[in-house]
Amino acid sequence: MQTQTTTVPAPGLITRGGLPADASEEIYLTLTVADQLCGVPVLSIRDVLGVQSITRIPLAPAEVAGSLNLRGRIVTAIDLRCRLRLPPRPEGHRGAMSVVVERDAELYSLLADQVGEVLPLPRAERAPNPVTLDAGWRDVSHGVHRIGERLLIVIDVERILAIG
Amino acid sequence: MDDLLTDFLTETQEGLGALDAALVRLERAPEDMATLSEVFRIVHTIKGTCGFLGLTRMEGVAHAAENVLGRYRDGTLRATQAGISVILGAIDCIRGIVAALEGTGTEPEGDDASLIAALDAVAGGDAIAPPPVVAPIAVTAPAAEAEPPPARAPAAMVPAAPQAAPPATEPESAGANAPPQTIRVTVEVLEGLMMLVSELVLTRNQLLQLSRNGADNAFAVPLQRLSHITSDLQEGVMKTRMQPIGNAWAKLPRLVRDLGVELGKKIELEMRGAETELDRQVLELIKDPLTHMVRNSADHGLETPEQRVAAGKPEAGRIMLNASHEGGHIIIEIADDGRGLNAERIRQKVLAQGLATEAELAAMPEREIQRFIFRAGFSTAAAVTAVSGRGVGMDVVKTNMERIGGTIEVRSKEGRGTAFIVKIPLTLAIVSALIVEAGGERFAIPQIGVVELVRVGGEGAPQLERIKDSAVLRLRDRLLPLVNLAGLLQLESSATEESAFVIVTQVGAHVFGIIVDRVFDTEEIVVKPVAPILRHVTMFSGNTILGDGSVIMILDPNGIARATGVGAESGEGEAERDGKRQVIAHRSDQRTALLLFRAGDATPKAVPLGLVARLEDVERARIENAGGRPLVQYRGKLMPLVPMSGHWDQAMAPERQPVLVFSDGDRTMGLMVDEILDVVEEVMTIDGAGERPGFLGTTVIGGKVTEMLDTAWWLRQAGEDWFGGAEPAAGAGRRILLVEDSAFFRNLVVPAIGAAGYAVTAVPDAEEALRLREAGASFDAVISDIAMPGMDGFALAHALRESGPWRSLPLIALTGCSDPADIERGRAAGFTDYVAKFDRAALLDSLRQCLSAPVAG
Repeated sequence: MQTQTTTVPAPGLITRGGLPADASEEIYLTLTVADQLCGVPVLSIRDVLGVQSITRIPLAPAEVAGSLNLRGRIVTAIDLRCRLRLPPRPEGHRGAMSVVVERDAELYSLLADQVGEVLPLPRAERAPNPVTLDAGWRDVSHGVHRIGERLLIVIDVERILAIG
Repeated sequence: MDDLLTDFLTETQEGLGALDAALVRLERAPEDMATLSEVFRIVHTIKGTCGFLGLTRMEGVAHAAENVLGRYRDGTLRATQAGISVILGAIDCIRGIVAALEGTGTEPEGDDASLIAALDAVAGGDAIAPPPVVAPIAVTAPAAEAEPPPARAPAAMVPAAPQAAPPATEPESAGANAPPQTIRVTVEVLEGLMMLVSELVLTRNQLLQLSRNGADNAFAVPLQRLSHITSDLQEGVMKTRMQPIGNAWAKLPRLVRDLGVELGKKIELEMRGAETELDRQVLELIKDPLTHMVRNSADHGLETPEQRVAAGKPEAGRIMLNASHEGGHIIIEIADDGRGLNAERIRQKVLAQGLATEAELAAMPEREIQRFIFRAGFSTAAAVTAVSGRGVGMDVVKTNMERIGGTIEVRSKEGRGTAFIVKIPLTLAIVSALIVEAGGERFAIPQIGVVELVRVGGEGAPQLERIKDSAVLRLRDRLLPLVNLAGLLQLESSATEESAFVIVTQVGAHVFGIIVDRVFDTEEIVVKPVAPILRHVTMFSGNTILGDGSVIMILDPNGIARATGVGAESGEGEAERDGKRQVIAHRSDQRTALLLFRAGDATPKAVPLGLVARLEDVERARIENAGGRPLVQYRGKLMPLVPMSGHWDQAMAPERQPVLVFSDGDRTMGLMVDEILDVVEEVMTIDGAGERPGFLGTTVIGGKVTEMLDTAWWLRQAGEDWFGGAEPAAGAGRRILLVEDSAFFRNLVVPAIGAAGYAVTAVPDAEEALRLREAGASFDAVISDIAMPGMDGFALAHALRESGPWRSLPLIALTGCSDPADIERGRAAGFTDYVAKFDRAALLDSLRQCLSAPVAG
C-alpha cells in the first residue's frame, strides 16, 4: 500500500530554533494550497499521509473529494483547493497529501498540495483577518501570521469542515 | 431452572463478590459510610429477592445480617472486627446456599439457627460470641478470619469460590464447583468486541484477496483456517448480541391490558416465537414501532365487544404477535381479528388530501389503496383518542423499518382483521452485498433488496428498450422500469448499454431495475455510517472497506427508489399484476406513466405505458401487404399492423416505422405511429369521453391537449379475432348492464364486451341501476363493480336478489381484488361470478358461461 505515515512531532518537543513551545506560542503544521501558505494547529492533527487512493462519492458536495481507508477507518477527504475556492490542481500534479483531523469522532482528511514544516508561532504575532479578505476565507481563517516574506493563513478546522 | 432464578443467582453472585471486598474495606475503616451503605444495600437486595422467590433459609440469614448492618449504618452500633466476621460468615452461608441452588435449583437443607443467633447477638450489641458460634460454616468462617484482608480481596473477585460451600449444607460437591452459568457484560464491551470482529473480518477478506492474487500458496492453508476461525468468531460475537424478541414484547401484555380497560374492549394478546433472537441493536430500534402497531391494533383494529358480538365474532378481540426466522431475516407479524381497514374511508381520505384522483383510485388494487396508511399524516381514525390517531403513525413506523433495511406490508380484510408483516435483517452490522460498477466507480448493493440479476444485450439476452429517454426492460411479460445508476449518481457511464446488467430490485411492493455496467462478486461487508457531512445524500446507506482495502459506498435501494419516484408509496403492487389489461402498470406518486406519441395529426396522443408490450422500429421493407392490410413477420408470427392515420401507403412510408406492440397471450398487434415523443407521468383526467372513435377523450399533458388512446377500439381494428376468439357473435346482442362508478373503467369495459357482440348499458352507480330496474328495463346479465361510493356492489347484489324482476339474473362482480375470501363474500351476497377488473378474457368467459347455462328460476 502507498500509505506513508509521517509522524508529527508531539507539541512541546523541539521545534525549529530548538525552543520548546510554551503557552505564548501555538504550533502549526504548514501546508501549501495553490501556493497559499496555510497553518493547521498541530494539536488537531491525527495523521499526515502521502498520496492516497481516494474513492469518489457521487452526489457529495464539491468540496468532498471522496473517502479513503486509514488503517481500517474511513476518512472523508476534503479538497482544500475547492473549499478555499482556489483553482483545481493542475494536470500532472503528483497528488495531494492528506492531513487527517478528527471532529466528533469522525476522521476527515484535508487535501493539501504540499505539507511543509512544524512551526511554533507566537500568539501575539497573529494578526486578525484583514477586512478585505475574501468572505469565504474570512469564514475559515483564525487570522494571519507573517512568515518572512509570506503570509500564513491560520485555518479553523471546525469551520473548514462545516460543509453543507 | 427458571429465568427468574437464573437472573437472581447471577445477580447474587455479583453482589456477594462485591460484598466480600466491601466488608473487608469496612473492617479497616468502620466509619466509611459509603461502604456501609453499599454493603447494606446489597444485603437488603438479596434479602428482598429471596423473600420474593420463596428462598426462606437464605432470607433468614440475610435478614439477620441486614439487621446488624442496619445498626452499623444508623450509627447505633460500631462496626467491629468480630461483628464483621460474623457477617462474613453469613455471606459465606449465603454463598453456600447459592452454590447449592445453582446445582439443584432448590435450597439445601440446613440449620442456620446458631448463625442467626450470633448475628442477632451482634445486632443486640451483646459481647461478641466466639467465632465457633457460627458452627454450620465452621470450615469457611475461620478461613475468612485467618486470611489477611489483602489476600481476600482478589478472592472476592471470583464468584462462587469453591471453599465457600460449607460441607454441612452442601452435600453434593458438584453443585459447589459449578461456575455461574451467566455473567454480566456491559453493552460497550460487546459493542467493542463486535467492532473488532468487524475489522477482523475486513482484514481477513483483504488477506484472502491478496492470497487469491498472489502465487504463493504457502499461506493458503493457514489462511483458510484463519478464515474459518474468523467466521466462527464473528458468529460467536454476533450471538452475544442476540436477544430474544420476547424482550421487546415484555411490556406489551400490560400495555394491552391497560388499553383494554381504557378503551372498554376485551383484548387477548397472543405472542408466538418470543424466543426468536435478533441483534439487540435491531431490537432496540423496532421496540417502539412494534409497540405503536400493537397500540394501533388495540385502538383502531379491534371493535368494541358489542360491535364484535353483532358481527358474529367472539367478544374478546385478539392481537397476535408472531416472530420467525427466514433466511437472514426475521419476520414479525402483528395481526388482529378486528374490523380491518376501511378501504372506502381510505379512498375518501386520499381524495380529500388530493393524494390521488378518483380514476387512479379506481384503477388501484385494494392492497395498494391500503398502503396509503403509510403516508405521512394519514390516519383514518375518525376521532383522535388518547391512544392513537394523532397523525404520527404508520409512516413513522415505515420510515423506522426502512432505516434499518426492513420492509413493512399490510394485509387487511374488511371485517376480518388487519395484519402488518415486518421483515427486518437479523443484524445491521454485517450484510451480504453485491459489488457492482457504474460510471467507473464501484458500489455495494445489499442483497436483501436484490431479486434477480439480468444480463442485457448480447446474444440471446433480453434487450434494453428505450422509450425516448426512459429505458425499460421487457422481462417475462412485464415492462420493468429502469434507472441508470451512473445517470442517477451523475457519473459518466463509460460502458455502453449494449452489454449491461440490470439488478432487479424490490422495495416494498415495487420492483424496478438498476442498470449497472458490471457486476463483481458478493462480499460480506461491515456497514459503517457515512460522515455527517454526507448524510443528506440519501442514495447511500453507508460505506465500507472492501477486501482490497478500497473504500466503497453502499447503495440504499430505498433511497434510489425515492429519488427516481419508482417506490413512492403508491407504486405498482407486484402481486397485483393480474393480467395484461392492467391499465396503470408503472405509476409513481399517484401518476400514470403515459407514452406520448404523434400519429396522423399534430395532436399528441397518449396511452398508458403499462398497456404497451414493446416498442419496435420496423423497417419498411419488412412490412408486407396482405389483402390491403399491412403485416409484419414478428417473432415467428404474422403481426397485423394498424395504421393510426387510417391508411397505409408503402410508397409514402418512412424508412423505419415506429410501432407500438400490444400483446395478449399469443396474439399481438402493432399500432403504426409517426413518432414516439416521450414518456411522462401525469395525473390522468379525461374529458369529453368518446367524442371521437379510437379515443377515450382528451387530457392536458405538459400544457398540451393530448388525446387518450382507446386501446380496445384500436385492437379491434386488427381483426375480429382479437376479442372472443372465433365467437364474435358470442354476445349475440344480449343486453348487459354495467354498474361502474369510474368513468375510466366504463370506457375500458364497455368497448371490450361490446366488441364481443353484447349490447352494453353502463350506469355510474347502484342507485341508477335500481332506477333502471324500477323503470322496467330488462337485461340478460348485470356486471357490477364492488367498491363504489354510496351503495356498494354487495348491497346492490342483495337488493337485486331480494325481489324484483332481476332477481334471477346472472350477476358478475368486477373487482380489483380477487382472493378466495373475497370471492366467497361475493357469492354469499348473491353474485354468480367474480372477475378481476382487468381480466377481459375472464369476464367474457364468465359472461358466456352465465348466459349459456339456463339460470335457475
